[in-house]
Amino acid sequence: MATYNTNEFKAGLKVMLDGDPASIVENEFVKPGKGQAFSRVRIRNLKNGRTIERTFKSGETIEAADVVDVEMQYLYSDEQFWHFMNPESFEQMAADKNAVGDNAKWLKEQEVCIITLWNGVPLTVEPPNTVALKVTETDPGLKGDTSGGGGKPATLETGAVVRVPLFIQIGETIKVNTRTGEYLSRA
Amino acid sequence: MTASSSGDWQPSATLEVLKLRAQMLQSIRAFFSQRDVLEVETPILSAAATTDPALASFTTRYTGPLFAQGKTFYLHTSPEFPMKRLLAAGVGSIYQICKVFRDGESGRLHNPEFTMLEWYRVDFDHYRLMNEIEELIMQVLSPHMPLQAAERFSYREVFQRYIELDPHTASIQDFAAAAKTHGINISQNLRAQNDVCAWRDLLLTHLIEPKLGQGRLTFIHDYPAAQASLARLQPGDPPLAARFELYLNGIELANGFHELADAHEQRTRFERQAQTRHTLALPAMPVDERLLAALEKSLPNCAGVALGLDRLVMLAASKRSLAEVIAFAIDRA
Repeated sequence: MATYNTNEFKAGLKVMLDGDPASIVENEFVKPGKGQAFSRVRIRNLKNGRTIERTFKSGETIEAADVVDVEMQYLYSDEQFWHFMNPESFEQMAADKNAVGDNAKWLKEQEVCIITLWNGVPLTVEPPNTVALKVTETDPGLKGDTSGGGGKPATLETGAVVRVPLFIQIGETIKVNTRTGEYLSRA
Repeated sequence: MTASSSGDWQPSATLEVLKLRAQMLQSIRAFFSQRDVLEVETPILSAAATTDPALASFTTRYTGPLFAQGKTFYLHTSPEFPMKRLLAAGVGSIYQICKVFRDGESGRLHNPEFTMLEWYRVDFDHYRLMNEIEELIMQVLSPHMPLQAAERFSYREVFQRYIELDPHTASIQDFAAAAKTHGINISQNLRAQNDVCAWRDLLLTHLIEPKLGQGRLTFIHDYPAAQASLARLQPGDPPLAARFELYLNGIELANGFHELADAHEQRTRFERQAQTRHTLALPAMPVDERLLAALEKSLPNCAGVALGLDRLVMLAASKRSLAEVIAFAIDRA
């Protein structure tokens, strides 16, 4: 079992915390001039995404987590699982609802996503920062309005609903920021 | 030979900050010069080392005339011992600005080598020395940041004020409960910690320090006897150490003592620390017999303080980390 000493703590290190895989966000060395040294970390639980603080005694060791990020192409969903393929090895892998979560609405076939694997099983799925998606439903905007002021909801091919400028019409493809859910531009 | 690929040949501090640093050094030297406190230099290489279990010394080796077979020397973690030998020799009040070295310490507020301003005042007790520190820092910092009048609290008062706990009488269970109540999330190992001093350090650093010295200097004095370090003990129930710490904007800046002058008591403390080092499987350190000999001859009544100069510059420059005020922090050394 691999372990890490507090001296090895740094942002991005993957460790086991309370039985869940977690990623260190920030590590601060705390020590009074004449006293006990501590490692005070902000750490993100990779299962639920929550970031907490935890203080360790300097010199403590904690278990490493077998967590790796791989790039995989999204293939299709059968409602229960979302299927991905490694574009180099053609190896396929299925992520469940817990792993995909809210990001399901940004998944478009052929797009390359980052899959975080824990012990070889998909833990989280991250879509690209921006995706281009077709508008499947929106109110017709006023003709000639190109100001972009106001805005209206539009449903995209993946089911996501985003706010778009009034001039965007059904059938157009738009770029969306998947982290904020905001419209960026016409594709 | 490999060339570094990045721009890490460049200083980690801006040139503007380095100029500020030079100005502050001048201001400090002028302060002591006006008061007839003598600037001294003592060896960085020492045959003995601190036995304090909380401090790790770097070791190095000299080989040549005098020690043909080679001899281990330690880089000092503070110039305290040789400065006390000068005091015992009758030098009078002295100060020193020097690099000190501590293994294992690196972070936003730590660099393994850093600059210490250390001074000793003959015939001062620690209360009087606190006044002088306040005057020095007011002089050095006031051109760069506004400071309200300094405040002083006992170690007990800050614990009572911020976490409703008496640090002198609290049990391990009380400390653990306070950590929980105040939402410090700690590892299992720390929860199982049965060293009272470590619990005090945990609560102090996590819950109290961040609140100390907001826009003003805050002195904490009257430490628990177990954390006396090299301070005298004041009789009482409980006995308290004549030790203080100084905070500004939540950052520990200085540590001072009404200096212990009793050679016998000092030896006992060194032996106790050596025992703790042994228990914790830390390397044994040679006790400074020359310091003990000087104390036996007699150390004048004096108070002394060590102040982290890089942290002072950091506060004056409104920076967040020591690397921003050191020309080349350890990762660029």
